[in-house]
Amino acid sequence: MKELLIGKLNWQALPHEWFTLGGAAALLGLGLFLIILITRLKRWKWLWKEWLTTVDPKKIGIMYFIVAGFMLLRGGLDAIMIWLQQALSSGASHGYLSSDHFQQIFTAHGNIMVFFVAMGFVFGLINFIVPLQIGARDLASPFLNTLGFWLYVGGVLMVNMFFLLGGKYAATGWLAVAPLSSTQFSPGVGVDYMIWALQISGVGTTLGAINFIMTILKMRAPGMKLKHIPLFTWGSLCSMIMAVTVFPLLTATLFLLFLDRYAGMHFFTTTGGGNAMMYTNLIWMWGHPEVYVLILPSFGVFSEVVSVFSRKRISSYTSAVLGMIGVSTLALSVWLHHFFTMGAGADVNAFFGLMTMIIAVPTTVLVLTWIATLYKGRIRFTTPMLWFLGFVGTFAVGGMTGVILAQPPADFQLHNSLFLVAHFHTMVIGGVLWGIFAGLTYWFPKIAGFRLNERIGRYAFWCWLIGFWMAFGPLYILGLMGATRRLDHYTNSSWQPFFIVALLGGLVIMAGVVLQIVQIIASFMQRRQLADTTGDPWDGRTLEWSTPSPAPFYNFATIPKVATRDAFWEAKQLGLPERKYEDIHMPRNTASGIYIAALAFLAGFGFVWHITWLIVAAMLGIVVCVIARTFNEDTEYVLPAQEVEKLEHERAQKALARHQDIHTDTFEEMGLREFVRVAIKWVLDVIRNKRWRTL
Amino acid sequence: MAAKKTKRRVQVKGFLLLFVAVIVALAALLRGKDVALFNAKGVIAQKESHLMIFTVVVLLVIAVPTLMLLYFFAWKYRESNPKARRATETQHGKFLAFSVWAIPGIVLLVLASSMIPATHELDPHKAIAASGKPPLTIQVIAMRWKWLFIYPQQDIATVNYVQVPVGTPVQFELTADDAPMNSFWIPHWGGQLYAMTGMVNQLNLMATTAGDYSGGAAEINGEGFAGMKFTARASLDQDFDQWVLGIRQSSDVLDSAQYNKLLTPSQNNPAAVYSGVQSDLYNTVVMKYGSHDHMGH
Ligand code: HEM
Ligand SMILES: [Cu+2]
Repeated sequence: MKELLIGKLNWQALPHEWFTLGGAAALLGLGLFLIILITRLKRWKWLWKEWLTTVDPKKIGIMYFIVAGFMLLRGGLDAIMIWLQQALSSGASHGYLSSDHFQQIFTAHGNIMVFFVAMGFVFGLINFIVPLQIGARDLASPFLNTLGFWLYVGGVLMVNMFFLLGGKYAATGWLAVAPLSSTQFSPGVGVDYMIWALQISGVGTTLGAINFIMTILKMRAPGMKLKHIPLFTWGSLCSMIMAVTVFPLLTATLFLLFLDRYAGMHFFTTTGGGNAMMYTNLIWMWGHPEVYVLILPSFGVFSEVVSVFSRKRISSYTSAVLGMIGVSTLALSVWLHHFFTMGAGADVNAFFGLMTMIIAVPTTVLVLTWIATLYKGRIRFTTPMLWFLGFVGTFAVGGMTGVILAQPPADFQLHNSLFLVAHFHTMVIGGVLWGIFAGLTYWFPKIAGFRLNERIGRYAFWCWLIGFWMAFGPLYILGLMGATRRLDHYTNSSWQPFFIVALLGGLVIMAGVVLQIVQIIASFMQRRQLADTTGDPWDGRTLEWSTPSPAPFYNFATIPKVATRDAFWEAKQLGLPERKYEDIHMPRNTASGIYIAALAFLAGFGFVWHITWLIVAAMLGIVVCVIARTFNEDTEYVLPAQEVEKLEHERAQKALARHQDIHTDTFEEMGLREFVRVAIKWVLDVIRNKRWRTL
Repeated sequence: MAAKKTKRRVQVKGFLLLFVAVIVALAALLRGKDVALFNAKGVIAQKESHLMIFTVVVLLVIAVPTLMLLYFFAWKYRESNPKARRATETQHGKFLAFSVWAIPGIVLLVLASSMIPATHELDPHKAIAASGKPPLTIQVIAMRWKWLFIYPQQDIATVNYVQVPVGTPVQFELTADDAPMNSFWIPHWGGQLYAMTGMVNQLNLMATTAGDYSGGAAEINGEGFAGMKFTARASLDQDFDQWVLGIRQSSDVLDSAQYNKLLTPSQNNPAAVYSGVQSDLYNTVVMKYGSHDHMGH
């Protein structure tokens, strides 16, 4: 009976170790705080109508940023715990974590950083920026987009579920390598949590990717040919095409792993004729392209940033586009470089080594294109530009170490070592993450309506740059000293100083993160002075800067006409055209996405704990929701032209008033000291005047 | 203006200082440390390290000028530089577009022309030719979480300890039993190779200098991962023979009862030796998983 009702769930599964207890307390605390806050502010309806059920890609983008931002903190905490253990656990000392716990942490860290931080930010940026860059008002399918977002949130919850409802997380490394991930070697629900977190969010990724490909191909402003689309959109297009190509493969592979675990099949097991090498192949056929899914949008961001802040057209647009296409095509045929050490023959290894090295060519072409763009430019060292300059140097090191790893004989020595760990963090932090930071800073005015504080932004940048090299420089050296990855303990005490430096580097990075949070708060406090009243704070080149900041929900009052690359720049040279307002068709909000994702989450939860009735009920629910959605004809409404005109007029008035309000000559950006002073004053004021009562 | 200039000078000085400090700190940290991959004690490790160094040098030849150009342009064309000439568009001819592709292309050709022969030469399955010495075969079974070494020619076995004579080619025949995928790695001697159930993966290595080195599991394989280490000793021929003779005196035998005991998962196992091995033990272990392709034959 109990089995029927709650499957394999039981009391022992509930959190009882200090880290699950801590995690549960933190999650429940945060949840409770938010619930109280929203209730006090009477914002539930607003939250539901304006945000949770929205189909506006800009709002969905912002929600992606928020969730991914929290996940960055969550994954960052994991990272510090990993570093701390390794700094302590040398020789006689075994650190403060058990090996099982340590392995769960680095597994969760990897899953969270790749799927819920990097992917989250990438989808956030694409959601917000791509429609604006191509002069579109919404997406090919606004509904699929909310569904994709909520499935992503479902994955986020699933990956953190073991905190709340117990059990453990997987301890297999982020790819759940077989046969380690089989029930034989990983009993318990850890791997199942991972499978369902990735399945749910993975389906979301596939849907989202299809949607963006259709949007970019079909919804561009009149006159915008493929050869005109901005480079961030190109990067996104390449990235999404790769995602559509490989994510179904991930889904299929994890499904087979699920069948092994749930139904006792033998696809990847050691016994019963299973073949674990098959899993290794399949997972990397997805896994390698995945890293390029992440980096291509960043290539796009940097291309925009270099061009705008050099006040120059990008050099050799064709080469840049060919570079991106080349990278993404080649990326499909190199997966075996992740297991040269499995023992395939020399011919196979040499082939995949060669293909991998060839990828470095289009990558180098992109870098050379950016350099040529700087030449004779008029360069402004804004923070996005700093991220770019930090990125290129760092990325060059990552590219070089990648080419070393691509040589099979060298890889036999470096595979599974900390050198490899340093390589991919160089790429993922120095390339993907910094690209995202550059993009967020660059587009922040469009998102929030005001610029970010540059002063504190610069401090954050330097913390990240210095912290990164302190944290990962030693890992390169440790790898060369023969240290493998994922060690919760080592006997060679001469490694310890390097691990300690790495930990310190991690702390410096953390300071950078704190500074970024401070930067956002400080900018918010000075939002009136930092306001972007023109919609074009950087003297931009592409269409997103032609609409006011923050962008109106219909993106463009009149759809721009395009005849060239850098359409807005050209329009500014020629003089902006007269506006004529027209009726706008807008998609209606829908809650179907939330419902379906919630049901998918429940089904996944049922699979994790073998609760059959829940699985059946949730699946039926999904079918009903999809059918209901399909029969819903009333998914659009019309915003009349007069209404648009009124809105535009009001906005212009407001902007004008604000513009006159800003005294640029006397305004100074807040520094850290000033921030601390104001913050303390505010807190004292709240306490003294008992202001929380009115909050 | 002057103030700005001194500020910049201070910044430049600061950077130089930082740079020097980093170098000094690195040198201090690395003093007396054993950087295993560049302190090769085996022929394979030696050649692998040469390949790495060659690759790095070639890459630096292109990367250093490229990065210098980048930072030089960034500095020269800063907005506040009144002397720089500006343009809003790069006037690039066909030559630039061509060289942007040609430069990395040439580097690729150079690297590929060393990588492809090296991959064949350093194929782990390839037997090492040594002057007149017959190779020593060591059968390796990865278990949870220990390494079992069987010396069929000597009829001895060891756990978490392996000894080989210097200058003799060694064929490690890797497999696994009741264990996830493992990777067998002795950094001072040469690169790693996977050990998997139901098949034999052959790794050829040869030690060049006597000494004790550490080896271990490189691929995550469960709770006992970090402790799955062994000492790899290279000794002179006569020391090796002595060692074998010594083990022959031991009364412990690796029969199936003992083997099954070893199969029970356990962590941080001390070294152990056995003076006789049940005949055909290794093949039985390999065959027990059904037939798979045998690699490396
Ligand atoms: C010049 C281009 C690159 C080359 C030649 C290259 C080469 C390689 C090779 C050969 C490996 C396998 C090493 C091993 O497992 O032994 C590897 C691993 C990896 N690379 Fe790269 N790479 C490049 C760019 C990138 C980029 C742009 C990213 C990320 C955005 C990236 C992320 C990774 C990751 C995540 C892994 C391994 C993950 C794991 O084993 O858990 N790489 N790279
Ligand atoms: Cu790869």
